[in-house]
Amino acid sequence: MTTVTLAGAEADPRRWLKAFASQEALLAIAVIGLAIAVGLYNPRFLAARNLSDVLLGNAYIAVAAVGMTMVIISGNIDISVGALIGVLATISGTLAVNGAPIVVAWLAALVAGILVMALQGIIIAYLRIPAIVVTLGMLSILKGGLISVTGGKWITDLPDSFHLADIELFGVLPFPVVLMILVTILAALWMRYSASGRAVYAVGGNAEAARLCGISQPRTIVMVFALHGMFAGAAALLYATQLRVIQSTVPPNLELTIITASVVGGVSILGGTGTVVGSTLAAVLIAEIASALVFIDVSPYWIRAVQGVLILVTVIADILRRRRMAGA
Amino acid sequence: MSAMSEIPLPHPAKRVVPWWLLRHETMLAVILLIALVVLGGLNSRFLTLDNLLNQGRLTTEVGLIALPMTFIIITGGIDLSVGSIVGFCAILLGYSWKVFGFPLPLAICFTLLAGAAAGFLNGIVITRVKVPPLIMTIATLALYRGLAEGISQARSVRGYPEWFYFIGQENLFGVPAQLWLLLIAIVVAAIVLDRTTFGRSLYAIGNNETAARFSGLPVDRVKLIIYTLSGFMAGLSACVLVSRVTTTRSDMGMGYELDVIAAVVLGGTSIFGGVGTIWGTVVGLAMIQLLKNGLALTGVKGDATIVVIGTVLILSTLVASSLQRRREGV
Repeated sequence: MTTVTLAGAEADPRRWLKAFASQEALLAIAVIGLAIAVGLYNPRFLAARNLSDVLLGNAYIAVAAVGMTMVIISGNIDISVGALIGVLATISGTLAVNGAPIVVAWLAALVAGILVMALQGIIIAYLRIPAIVVTLGMLSILKGGLISVTGGKWITDLPDSFHLADIELFGVLPFPVVLMILVTILAALWMRYSASGRAVYAVGGNAEAARLCGISQPRTIVMVFALHGMFAGAAALLYATQLRVIQSTVPPNLELTIITASVVGGVSILGGTGTVVGSTLAAVLIAEIASALVFIDVSPYWIRAVQGVLILVTVIADILRRRRMAGA
Repeated sequence: MSAMSEIPLPHPAKRVVPWWLLRHETMLAVILLIALVVLGGLNSRFLTLDNLLNQGRLTTEVGLIALPMTFIIITGGIDLSVGSIVGFCAILLGYSWKVFGFPLPLAICFTLLAGAAAGFLNGIVITRVKVPPLIMTIATLALYRGLAEGISQARSVRGYPEWFYFIGQENLFGVPAQLWLLLIAIVVAAIVLDRTTFGRSLYAIGNNETAARFSGLPVDRVKLIIYTLSGFMAGLSACVLVSRVTTTRSDMGMGYELDVIAAVVLGGTSIFGGVGTIWGTVVGLAMIQLLKNGLALTGVKGDATIVVIGTVLILSTLVASSLQRRREGV
């Protein structure tokens, strides 16, 4: 018997266990388990109306978290995305109110998102300024700029056709949820099977090795940020069109919710691993928890503390798991 | 390739100006003076002793946190949770006094202790579990703000006894009371950083942590101390803030991390670690506050000033890193 077959024979039952214990599977179990547990306590939680509200109202977080996941996998971070979503929503809404064709209003959000994020990517990758400094600076530029330009005024009288979030494909499937699932699947396939998608993991996992393999680290980072900007644009459209008004201020701490979804979704904060499927499941889980708090009579003011604990626990678990794997 | 490397490097240009004039802090101080004169020329209310002292009052809360932040950034770390610790501590101060019924002095001690504990939690996880400081403090940025919101349920606490407002609103020897606190803290921090083994070890850690470890420096203990100190100073800042504005709300200190980090980085502390001084941070603080005040007096609204601070943060990092790269000849 050679060691190879021994290892193979041993690995077989473990592989099932491993698939079962993957972050994505754990999250799926948590999403369903929580629904059942809260449903037993308060059956109204499981009402179709509530469940669809939870999904519809938070699809934009999942979409933005897909981009954030890519950024974190590439070994960077972005804390400006919440402010950017506020700015993009306002740009798009202003165009729509002022009579621009709806498609132009929609596209403007995507294009502006790509431009702002690509600019940040260029500063980070080519001028080698840490992502945290660039995005912290950009956060305040966007936030202050938005409030001083709009004066915090709300945009109302949006044309009906602007409301992307109201579209129901084939009369039943709500567009935000379809988009969330579609974006997740496409991004997951891209990251798993395409050369440029694998490059993101390579750059985040071992920048030096990636360079030796002929992957341009700066170009990959700019690409990741540009994509992240596009997803932020899409998220902004869902966010802007789900209500009849756009509050021209930045949704407070939105970036934290998005980062939480990515991190809890199994992205290793050390870069190099993680999937967008996990981040979407995590976004659903976080939205579910926020809604569940209300149904089990806990004040929704605790939601941010719950988020903090969630990040903390996943990050510590991730690092301890890696350490055990390295030690074994 | 080999021929290229044999070409002798050109001699560095002879220094025509003394070294201390080229230091970041000196250049910054010169810019600060120019800014003072220009802003003073634009608005006659700007360059008055009253206004400048009042600006000192307003900068104290950020300044107290910027000192330990300088230590942390010199070691190559960062603490994004400081603003949330301010909010958390402010709420604890109000609640321990009003709801738990602590006497106010005890409530203040409790608040400072809670701040230190919040920083200690950051430090212990960063040093023991090896979670990168950026991620750890993003997590606690959410956690501490969440605790502040959860505990307070968006209710504010007001009506503190009269003596408590002394530190935040009164003068001592003609200078705002809290400014004395900041001045003492600055002197202590500068001496510690410059003249003690502890302070010098911060630079060693920031330059090369592995080397510092192999040199027998207690790297983990040093880090634990500075993150705990950061939390403690955020707690102190919360007390000063509550005393100045006479109320506690859970959104207090929100966005402080931007002002603090901008002041430290503007003051010449390298975000990559290993470089920085307390004097630089002090000049950086003055720059940020005067920028805010000057802009406000010339009619720019408060929201637009954070645009300027964000831009200053990015640009000053850009300039510092390109200068550093040129010096290293990369």
